[in-house]
Amino acid sequence: MASFTGKVFILGDDIDTDIIIPTEYLALKTIEDMRPYGFYPLRPELPSLIKPGDIIVAGNNFGCGSSREQAPEVIKALGVSCVIAKSFARIFYRNSINNGLLLIENSDIQDKIKEGDELTVNPGQDLVLNGESYKIGSLPENLMDILKEGGLVNAMKKRNGVI
Amino acid sequence: MGMTIAEKIIARAAKASEAHAGNIYVVELDHLMSNDGTTHLTIDMYNKLKNKQIYDKSKLVWIVDHNVPCDSPKTAASQKKMRDFAKENGITFHEGDGICHELMIEKYINPKELIFGADSHTCSYGELGAFGTGVGCTDYLYAMVTGKSWVLCPETLRFNFTGALQNGATARDLILTIIGRIGANGANYKAMEFAGPGMKNLTMSDRICICNLCVEAGAKTALMEVDDIAKAYLKEHGREAADGFVSDEDAVFEKVYDIDLSEIVPVVAKPHFVDNVSPVSEVEDVKINEAFLGSCNNGRIEDLRLGASIIKGKKVAEGVRFLVSPASRDVYDRAMAEGIIETFMDAGAIVVNPNCSVCWGSCQGVIGEGEVLISTGTRNFKGRAGDKNSFVYLGSAATVTASAIAGKIARADKV
Amino acid sequence: MGATLIEKIIRRNVHDDNVKAGDIVFVKPDRVMIHDIFIPFVADKFHEMGFKKVWDQDKVVIIYDHMVPASQVDDTRHFRRGDEFAKEQGIVHIHRADGICHQLMPELRYATPGDVVFGTDSHTVTYGGVSAFSTGIGYTEMAGILGTGELWIKVPETIRVNVNGRLPDGVTSKDVILTIIGDLTAAGATYKSMEFAGDTFDAMSVSERLTMANMTIEAGAKCGLFYADEKTAEFSGVPCDEEHGCFKDTNDGDYVKVMNYKAEDFVPVAACPSQVDKIRPISELKDIKIDQVFIGSCTNGRLEDLRAAAEILKGRHVAPYVKLIVTPASRSIYNAAVRDGIMKIFNDAGAIIMNPGCGLCCGRAGGILTDGETVVATNNRNFLGRMGTNKVNIYLASPVTAAHSAVAGYVRSV
Repeated sequence: MASFTGKVFILGDDIDTDIIIPTEYLALKTIEDMRPYGFYPLRPELPSLIKPGDIIVAGNNFGCGSSREQAPEVIKALGVSCVIAKSFARIFYRNSINNGLLLIENSDIQDKIKEGDELTVNPGQDLVLNGESYKIGSLPENLMDILKEGGLVNAMKKRNGVI
Repeated sequence: MGMTIAEKIIARAAKASEAHAGNIYVVELDHLMSNDGTTHLTIDMYNKLKNKQIYDKSKLVWIVDHNVPCDSPKTAASQKKMRDFAKENGITFHEGDGICHELMIEKYINPKELIFGADSHTCSYGELGAFGTGVGCTDYLYAMVTGKSWVLCPETLRFNFTGALQNGATARDLILTIIGRIGANGANYKAMEFAGPGMKNLTMSDRICICNLCVEAGAKTALMEVDDIAKAYLKEHGREAADGFVSDEDAVFEKVYDIDLSEIVPVVAKPHFVDNVSPVSEVEDVKINEAFLGSCNNGRIEDLRLGASIIKGKKVAEGVRFLVSPASRDVYDRAMAEGIIETFMDAGAIVVNPNCSVCWGSCQGVIGEGEVLISTGTRNFKGRAGDKNSFVYLGSAATVTASAIAGKIARADKV
Repeated sequence: MGATLIEKIIRRNVHDDNVKAGDIVFVKPDRVMIHDIFIPFVADKFHEMGFKKVWDQDKVVIIYDHMVPASQVDDTRHFRRGDEFAKEQGIVHIHRADGICHQLMPELRYATPGDVVFGTDSHTVTYGGVSAFSTGIGYTEMAGILGTGELWIKVPETIRVNVNGRLPDGVTSKDVILTIIGDLTAAGATYKSMEFAGDTFDAMSVSERLTMANMTIEAGAKCGLFYADEKTAEFSGVPCDEEHGCFKDTNDGDYVKVMNYKAEDFVPVAACPSQVDKIRPISELKDIKIDQVFIGSCTNGRLEDLRAAAEILKGRHVAPYVKLIVTPASRSIYNAAVRDGIMKIFNDAGAIIMNPGCGLCCGRAGGILTDGETVVATNNRNFLGRMGTNKVNIYLASPVTAAHSAVAGYVRSV
């Protein structure tokens, strides 16, 4: 996975799936329809501010709550390149991998970073903020495989010989 | 010169010895009913007044029934405004107790009264010999502040009933048939008065159903004589069995219709107009997605009993959603006591709380694109129950229940 | 070789007695559940992946509950899509208006002891109350399971929670699980299994255990498990032996953490706005005026919950200008509550009684609130904006606290 740089948006602890996309909007037909309501209860302005390639940095337990897969899909649809958090909730973690959204666990940069900062991500190696490097881990192999295929749908398509 | 019931009520409210159709009178109102459909708008206007005052708060009854319980922050905010205002000003307030018209009839209306309600189906109170009519917020606000308003005294269309309903026909089929006959504007600005020897064969629930739907023919109000059946209802509901008015023998009616109740057959109003009426037999086989038994028109214990008698031991058709909403807390209570709620639940129906529900089409049982609803509600306008490309048929409690079982529009004697 | 309960259940599923926490294994689900919100997405992904037939129709359960009755025009599309998929795949276990998925799954014995169950909903953990390993997944993974009949999982480590003794009067299993979540924090059990043991749980009904298992996801847990006993076996209609998935507590597993409580120490608590782990004793919440009370959900919408609330409401009325919304968790619970006179008590007390379903808990209808309003609710989440605007205050509490609060018009547990 290639390195990339993006502008950072800062969120706190326990960013739940109802914040990421409220239930009210889950019956909208497409993810594109839901996109404008990303983070609506907490920061309704975010969908208009986030540009493709931007990065979300958050605290503990990002994505806690519901199993709604629209949560990572909406984040992806907003153009977010990756979410960096101290920790992720379990279902959200699986859903993100399955949809090809990169998640990075890191607890070192939260105190150093502020909204609007530029951050460089070298997947599997480190984060670079203001010239300083912060080590990050890499994913278990079976998850990397799914990510490499571009998500679970593609992995299954390959299995079933439709691509 | 003789007077109709409508004219007598207007004369009383105007403190005049006589009143006649075509004249405008300044009248004093007996009750002012408002619900969560528009009360927040009335409050907004009230708050802009220089001299804020309520003429007589004891005349006001405010009822939250359209979006119960709330489906969005927006409706929650308008209901909060209404609740806070009612609390602050000591206004009689109901929330979750049932549909406004049902509650007004169960608890508040007396013969000879004149009532404004900020809801078109306020014409429902005629079975108690009361003149109810729907008004907009501005009229409502004026009456709330001054206790008075002006009324153009209506002409009366008189319907003389003979005989009794039979062949599975209900009061609902009767009034739909009448609206089909005179048209959706056939009674514009007018009062519809129902009388004749056939009246004794109609229950209070039948009569409420008939009066309630008159606005669908454009009527300003609907009226009936207060007979022993009506008096028994008043007594049973803790009120004085007062006399009502009777039209004088020489009263002037714009038109008189004679209707033999025994000739009425089960009918439906087809999309998208209430006067688009056909016998059920002509629309059998129209597949349905949803059925609704409820509303101020057909959500009383008698309607639920009728539905339950048809569905007992049977099941709702697979894939059909059958919503049942008792019209009030009392109706729900009786339906529970009689085992009716369980009968519906066992059949697979969705029994919801007393409220306007899908009749109002805003938050409960909304239908989607291309879907068909058969309903005991009041209206079948395009988009009334959900998507703009959906279809609503209006039928009786019997027809609706039978259709829920069959999965298509059906007569009760065919399931 | 010792084992935690989750290890025992997974070993049974994969027929390998050496499986332990940290291993990645492929399990074959005994049942999967898909609800109305996600059924169109599952169906679409299933076809997009190139699958034709679900691996085993009998193991698939479709339940409509979040959107019943429909509150928005597009909602019924989900029903039509679900019906279409069920028909195409020959799926017969479909419930269109019978109640909340997590109530129906154990109630109708779709999830029984020792089973491995996945559902497209985070509260799928509920079936741990009947000793099933059940957990929530996304719709893409569900589509994958429908095609392959298997899913990879990492066998979780276990946090053991021991509670012994008798709970004080007025303290419910909801207060117990809220207290534990408060101690663990909302992320405290992330990726882990929680295992409950002790005589306090032995004394609990299946209903009370389901309440607790249901909320373990709020501490981030992958599952929350109770050992099956005679009560569980009877509830689930299975013999109470290991062959049928009812494992005995050998207390010899490798636990990453052990929490010990005395039942007598628990008090009525609430999760305060807007975090599930912001737990305070009700006695400290003195002057919190409320606008609404909600009794229902897959956490606390069962018959025992309704009965507990009705006992308090009997002969009393909800405080003026306060709304009490009651939403039974299933059709059979609704009917039982009518038969037992519980609904009569609610109706006489001025409650708004809804059809069985998710109701307000999922925040789409059923009693949405607005800025500045406060609600006491028996469900499982009080996230910002969950029940209306982001200025709604949600206190999560037991049905007992909910009923007392409804009468008082303030947050109260007595």
